[in-house]
Amino acid sequence: MAVDAEAQFHVLAVDDSLMDRKLIERLLKTSSSFQVTTVDSGSKALEVLGLKEEDQTSTSALSPQHNEIEVNLVITDYCMPGMTGYDLLKKIKESSSLKDIPVVIMSSENVPSRINRCLEGGAEEFFLKPVQLSDMRRLGPHILKGKHKEQQQLHQEENSNTNHTIMGSSNNNNMSNKRKVMDEEILSDRTRLGFSSSSLNLI
Amino acid sequence: MELGSLQRRYIDFTSALFREGFLDNQYTQLQQLQDESNPEFVLEVVTLFFEDSEKLLNELSRTLDQQVVDFKKVDAHVHQLKGSSASIGAQRVKNVCMAFRNCCEERNQEGCLRWLQQVRQEYFLVKSKLETLFRLEKQILAAGGSVPVLCFLWPTHVETLSV
Repeated sequence: MAVDAEAQFHVLAVDDSLMDRKLIERLLKTSSSFQVTTVDSGSKALEVLGLKEEDQTSTSALSPQHNEIEVNLVITDYCMPGMTGYDLLKKIKESSSLKDIPVVIMSSENVPSRINRCLEGGAEEFFLKPVQLSDMRRLGPHILKGKHKEQQQLHQEENSNTNHTIMGSSNNNNMSNKRKVMDEEILSDRTRLGFSSSSLNLI
Repeated sequence: MELGSLQRRYIDFTSALFREGFLDNQYTQLQQLQDESNPEFVLEVVTLFFEDSEKLLNELSRTLDQQVVDFKKVDAHVHQLKGSSASIGAQRVKNVCMAFRNCCEERNQEGCLRWLQQVRQEYFLVKSKLETLFRLEKQILAAGGSVPVLCFLWPTHVETLSV
């Protein structure tokens, strides 16, 4: 049996609603046979990621902590009691060991200022709930980009200007696409916001 | 009942649900996530929806019954109900929730109580329809047949892919 390359990717899904956790897990597994871990809070997510409270601004080694599992993408609900999805996003981006993990935020509310805030806070995408199978397609490029960054860090001594130029240009597209999203939303009757930060096609 | 007529009944019943706006495309999305590895997925998710909703409806009753109503709390509950109904495609429940939230914003207790009654009505309606749907599916499978897959093309047009 051929092993699907995407089966190696591990997604951490965070949502306080059991129903939504069940849905997102199924969506992730159906679309790309990702390995999926679901948790019901931001603090549990940080535990899984191996980040303890005191470690927030750690400037220690680039390699992950010893006892957590490797996560290639975090997808989180915005509205959660205690730590919101935005708070979780900030904690991840402020951590030296976790900042390169792509984060996607989901919300049932279409609030442009909220979406803007999340994107500017470092979120790769913002999905409107209910999340659909077609949204899953937008995850691939971000996971690949995250993997690349990880490999780049591990092989920093080796030649760095190799085949990563695609990654470089995609970051510029990020900014202009984010602005475009605001206009698209007005036109679409399903208010489905969509943009991809990379021109990479997933196999 | 004979398999053919069970399946026809199923098709008619489901088409009507979509046509009358009880269910929308999101329900079809759920069906697409069901397969041999997860044969009860839709039933599981809808059951969670039933449990969540009834809890929320009770909470709403309680909160709106207070002398001083905490409208923020009411709004939070309705928001949750709106989200979960949207997740399974319970369109009419979702729409009532949207109107309900406007009343919360206006801090109108009487209006909210009226909307609560409405949302309750819509919820129990869709619940009974979904239970009928699941019952029909069970009967079809028990009769050795397969459940017709409905293809939801656009809002008012429903076709069957296979019988």
